Amino acid sequence: MLADKDRIFTNLYGFQPWNLKAAQARGDWDKTKDLMSRGQDAIIEEVKASGLRGRGGAGFPTGLKWSFMPKEPRADRPSFLVINADESEPGSCKDREIIRHDPHKLIEGALIAGYAMRARAAYIYIRGEFIREAETLFAAVQEAYDAGLLGKNAAKSGYDFDVFVHRGAGAYICGEETAMIESLEGKKGQPRLKPPFPAGAGLYGCPTTVNNVESIAVVPTILRRGAAWFSSFGRENNKGTKLFQISGHVNKPCVVEEEMGISFRELIDTHCGGIRGGWDNLLAVIPGGSSVPLVPAAQIMDAPMDFDGLKELGSGLGTAAAIVMDKSTDVVQAISRISYFYKHESCGQCTPCREGTGWMWRVMERLRTGDADIGEIDTLFDVTKQVEGHTICALGDAAAWPIQGLIRHFRPELERRIRENGGALEAAE
Amino acid sequence: MADAPNIPDEAEVRARWGAFAWTPENAEKAKQVIARYPAGRQRSAVMPLLDLAQRQVGAETNTQGWLPVPVIEYVAAALDMPFIRAYEVATFYTMYNLAPVGRYHVQLCGTTPCLLRGSDDVMAACKNRGMVKGRTTPDGLFTLTEVECIGNCTNAPVVQINDDNYEDLDYDSMTRILDALAAGEQPKTGTQNPQRRTSEPEGGPTTLKEMVDANHDYRKDW
Repeated sequence: MLADKDRIFTNLYGFQPWNLKAAQARGDWDKTKDLMSRGQDAIIEEVKASGLRGRGGAGFPTGLKWSFMPKEPRADRPSFLVINADESEPGSCKDREIIRHDPHKLIEGALIAGYAMRARAAYIYIRGEFIREAETLFAAVQEAYDAGLLGKNAAKSGYDFDVFVHRGAGAYICGEETAMIESLEGKKGQPRLKPPFPAGAGLYGCPTTVNNVESIAVVPTILRRGAAWFSSFGRENNKGTKLFQISGHVNKPCVVEEEMGISFRELIDTHCGGIRGGWDNLLAVIPGGSSVPLVPAAQIMDAPMDFDGLKELGSGLGTAAAIVMDKSTDVVQAISRISYFYKHESCGQCTPCREGTGWMWRVMERLRTGDADIGEIDTLFDVTKQVEGHTICALGDAAAWPIQGLIRHFRPELERRIRENGGALEAAE
Repeated sequence: MADAPNIPDEAEVRARWGAFAWTPENAEKAKQVIARYPAGRQRSAVMPLLDLAQRQVGAETNTQGWLPVPVIEYVAAALDMPFIRAYEVATFYTMYNLAPVGRYHVQLCGTTPCLLRGSDDVMAACKNRGMVKGRTTPDGLFTLTEVECIGNCTNAPVVQINDDNYEDLDYDSMTRILDALAAGEQPKTGTQNPQRRTSEPEGGPTTLKEMVDANHDYRKDW
């Protein structure tokens, strides 16, 4: 188990106040100026060396992403940092804890990251439903301005930097980086085609980097303790600590910071009081938020919880939001509900996703009750393959993968329902 | 609201809302919001201003507010953008209500993590009070909407009522909350599990125990 002294988010559960004074007593905003005086390229190199991979799901190396930003922004084309706090992935609830209990880690990280990538300002895009959390964030940003930590000569570093908070209004798709930029510009959140990538032309056509809340909030601690400290946790290519969120059928669901690569069994036994009804009662786990395929019990039990470990199981770490299902679960209903989610959240721009998500959900609902032909299972699988990879953004893929995972691992269950419903004859012949 | 709303009759709406304008307090807020965006990019403020307008409508009608067409026109004009661009935003995002809602907007999460933890029981508690999905109760008190993931999955099942979340619910606690609201009281927000504070494991955290009683500084152990 990770030692408490090596946890970054020490006020994760909000037992102590979030305000500036309390945050400073915990070590935030401590000599921020000195961290910045190391120089922009040195900061980027340190983040690269730490092995930090983006915490929003895709796992792209954070330092590398920053290095794509122009070294000398033109006066008429300032660079922007956009921080993605549109946490809407079913299962994910980590950014909320950072924002409402440790917002100064995020704001300090925004200043340092913004400075390193030579940005003029940061916009924190927080999902609309996080109403109280946004109130805390607005207040925390104001505190930082009042203390001279943001604005002109931020934290006495000689660098001018602003942080603005922008509230969303209830659209999952705005968590996609180009949809977020569209939304920030006051439009419908429909993703843009790439290229051009945001680092070339993003917010208002200016160079932009979009980072997850957790990726930004860990940066000040990495700089204070050094890349070597951060990379001492986890396996090669999967370094650092991570906020895990465990929901569903465990005895004690929780959010907890742990070392990357911790085994699923250790994570659950140490922090969640075990699986409801014991390990024999485990059916399957969706290990990284609703977008990744589920993994059956036998495969996940001792798997390492990191990017590569879960990729080997045909799934992914995503946002490290594990949705645990025990044997009482109607697994077809659980996945069908996820299909409904994607149908609801499809932005409607690309035909395969707009039409496909609804079609897939309707077939899933029939498979749930067994009111289908056995041949339709393959048809459904085929359709998911035609949605996957044929849309502008990854929402189409995210809608397809859970269904593919279900068919891959629970085909006998689907067939059983159809048979019991009396629909097997035609297909069996 | 997620499902296609019944957009209320145009003529009546115009008569009621045609003269909509910011209250002096909101006019000041609107100015501050617009100042967050670069000059000439005031369109970026359309989302916060629609939210502000909806809240003002809510305050005037003692409900959670909605966006009548003349109000959207007013916001569009304030930002010097075509009405259709603002209307497009209002219809795209689920938090803008295109039809009136009640005094309390009960937004129940039914996505898989909540489903696994018993959101059906919470829904039953709502239905048992005569609430119907997508409708407002005849007394105008409650509007029930099933929403997609609210992002409190480790405290599932969750309901958002107006600006507050109620977490770790079951049939009884949901009934209690609705009773309290109907009686004009403010129930405890956040988790309803007496053994939890926020998102830590039930019964107390397994980590960072020093933080429970004091603002512990872990730097001395580095």
